[in-house]
Amino acid sequence: MLIFILKRLGLAVLVAFTVSFISFSLLFMAGDPAAALAGETASGEDIESIRKLYGFDRPMLVQYGDWLISALQFNFGESYYFRLPVSSLIVDRLGVTMTLGVCGITFALLTAVPLGVAAAIRPNSIIDRVALFLSVAGQAMPSFWFGLILIVIFAIQLGWLPPSGASSPAHFIMPTIVLGYYAMPAIMRLTRAGMLDVLSSDYIRTARAKGAPEGRVLFRHALRNAIIPVVSLAAVQMGFMLGGSIVVESIFALHGAGFLAWESIARNDLPTVQALILVFSMFYIVFTFLADVLNAWLDPRMRSS
Amino acid sequence: MKQSSLRHAIAGLAIVAASGAAYADKANDTLRVAFTKELENVDSYFNSSREGVVLQRAVWDGLIYRDPATNEYKGNLATSWEWIDDLTLEFKLREGVTFHNGEPFNADDVVYTVDFVAKEESGVKTQRNVNWMKSAEKIDEYTVRIHLKDKFPAAIEFLSGPVSMYPNEYYAEAGPSGMGLEPVGTGPYKVVSVTPGQHFVLEKNENYHDSPKGQPEIANVDIRTIPDVNTQMAALFSGSLDLIWQVPADQAEKLAEMDQFTVSNESTMRVGYLSMDAAGRSGDTPFTDVRVRQAVNHAINRQELVDALLKGESKVVWTPCFPSQFGCEQDAAAQYEYDPEKAKALLAEAGYPDGFKTEFYAYRNREYAEAILSYLNAVGIESDFKFLQYSALRELNMTGDVPLAFLTWGSFSINDASAMVSQFFKHGSLDDARDDQVLADLEVADSATDPEVRKEHYAKAIERITEQAYWAPMFSYNTNYVSTNEVEYTPTADEVLRFTTMEWK
Repeated sequence: MLIFILKRLGLAVLVAFTVSFISFSLLFMAGDPAAALAGETASGEDIESIRKLYGFDRPMLVQYGDWLISALQFNFGESYYFRLPVSSLIVDRLGVTMTLGVCGITFALLTAVPLGVAAAIRPNSIIDRVALFLSVAGQAMPSFWFGLILIVIFAIQLGWLPPSGASSPAHFIMPTIVLGYYAMPAIMRLTRAGMLDVLSSDYIRTARAKGAPEGRVLFRHALRNAIIPVVSLAAVQMGFMLGGSIVVESIFALHGAGFLAWESIARNDLPTVQALILVFSMFYIVFTFLADVLNAWLDPRMRSS
Repeated sequence: MKQSSLRHAIAGLAIVAASGAAYADKANDTLRVAFTKELENVDSYFNSSREGVVLQRAVWDGLIYRDPATNEYKGNLATSWEWIDDLTLEFKLREGVTFHNGEPFNADDVVYTVDFVAKEESGVKTQRNVNWMKSAEKIDEYTVRIHLKDKFPAAIEFLSGPVSMYPNEYYAEAGPSGMGLEPVGTGPYKVVSVTPGQHFVLEKNENYHDSPKGQPEIANVDIRTIPDVNTQMAALFSGSLDLIWQVPADQAEKLAEMDQFTVSNESTMRVGYLSMDAAGRSGDTPFTDVRVRQAVNHAINRQELVDALLKGESKVVWTPCFPSQFGCEQDAAAQYEYDPEKAKALLAEAGYPDGFKTEFYAYRNREYAEAILSYLNAVGIESDFKFLQYSALRELNMTGDVPLAFLTWGSFSINDASAMVSQFFKHGSLDDARDDQVLADLEVADSATDPEVRKEHYAKAIERITEQAYWAPMFSYNTNYVSTNEVEYTPTADEVLRFTTMEWK
């Protein structure tokens, strides 16, 4: 088991660095980092002097090598744009993103799993239809639209919630709903499908025949088995939320890591982008790993393999 | 953007929803403002953003001040100045001024600041703002000389704009990063806190010297970065912001119809233009023929672009510089009236009776670029339209791979033609004309100390550039300022928010 984990982690680190190399080269192809750094007011001479100052005139491979050597010593350098250490910049922004991600996935799970179970108990009933409608709407509605609708209703018309910013828990309510709602449909559909499948299986019939109470059948026997693929999906969704909540962060002016990544790409801020890519890939790796452990706990059959 | 119509629908919805009155934070004497862009560093020598200029004018002072209404130069940290010779400026400094941290202002601060920023290794972001200075020399406690590298008559303009004075002891210790996090200046507002890129809090400098900027009225200014314009508007409606700016024209029009907001529009120094590869740097291109370039100039209805798209205080521009800039002689420019038939005739004469196909680049205002494109299509110029990131297009510009592009230039708000025409026509990496005659005139105009001589040679250069139609200058930009009715502010034509001139009604 330990060897298996170590192998997987080693592989994961290799993947992370491959991704970082590809993104490094893509950034170079996407535009001149010196021109991006100099900004729109810079003259041709300004750009040339910045090119020399930051060493962009050296071959790309040499620049990547330099970055790699420092990164392996956990030195991610200074942001070209902010002129501040990348590590402090990311730590600063990660708090917002983590809060948002955890709240978002919790909201998604707390709404999607009960709805999915309810829909599976009475397939094609009115509950099932409502759940289906909610999930189709959630999948079809772009988050920037949903976010602005919420702002219009709850911040402007009712005045209950602040429209933007991150200075109090109330600021996170609307972003959580928007982010969570986007992840909800997939989880709900998977829960419903899993439950339907499990509920028609032999051991559920046996459990019911033994006279086990319906609640115990549903949650102890059925859900525990149906939830396994949901856990894996939620882990991926969580990774997505941490790296990809750009739209939500932008609408609600949250200044999290996703938004930082997006803006840094446009600014060709190489050290920041590179460090964020590493952080995001580590997230994916850690969450998939945790999901496997959780699944092993839920399903003893998986522990042996 | 295909989302844009949807976004406008939301903006409309928000306007309908905002029925109640907005509540400004007048009670706390705090003006709440939004920035759209994340400012990289508050240290004004290490950012190149409009937002940075706004903070620079609030937190620091220059030796000289240009009155934005009259364009008259007045003493600020200097009380008087004179040219000792073509390369030396002497200043008498104001006495009794202190920095926000209590450090007294004197000749040492000027010497330290100038010597630091003029050094290329210091890495000042916009080199052009500072690289004309060689060094500074202390004559006595309140007299200082600035030595120039070369003749540079626009020095006074630069000293009244981007060149601010920093406290020598503090800056030596804090450096650009420290200054960016805890800025210290002599300006009308002190910085209370900085969250990099996100949040800036200022408070009134009670000991502000008798500056031509005037005394600050509003006690606190709280600036947050809100990247989405719709969210900014929502915050304005819900009463958590008092002032937003750079609001797009169509949304500003809707806001203007509402009673609780004041919308004002003012021109900016940004000029939009088409650049054409007259020198043939991008290979074999029809734009090397002057008739083709003139045809492009005749093909576009500039007034219609201004009326339908830019609106507000925007004007048609015929010069390769902004009309208010010193030396931007309007009479010297050849004007090309909108005449598609003439454009077609010129193309036919140049050997393109059926038009031709070219690559056309742009990096901002896609809708303007597309409108221009349709005018060009109408006379037979078909294009392969490429909309790129700014940095990607700049790279192509510098290597000379762009036959035709819609570009813009804001001159860093410097009111001197050298900040625009001389940036592009002196055979630098961005020059697609490479005209020796223009170069010769600009060399004289940029360095002559006699204002009349400067004007004469800028006029000659402008005449040549426009007759040869190296560019097709188009229009000036404008910006919309939207505030609650409780804020009194008259914007200036240089797109700089001046908190000092704002007050509560």
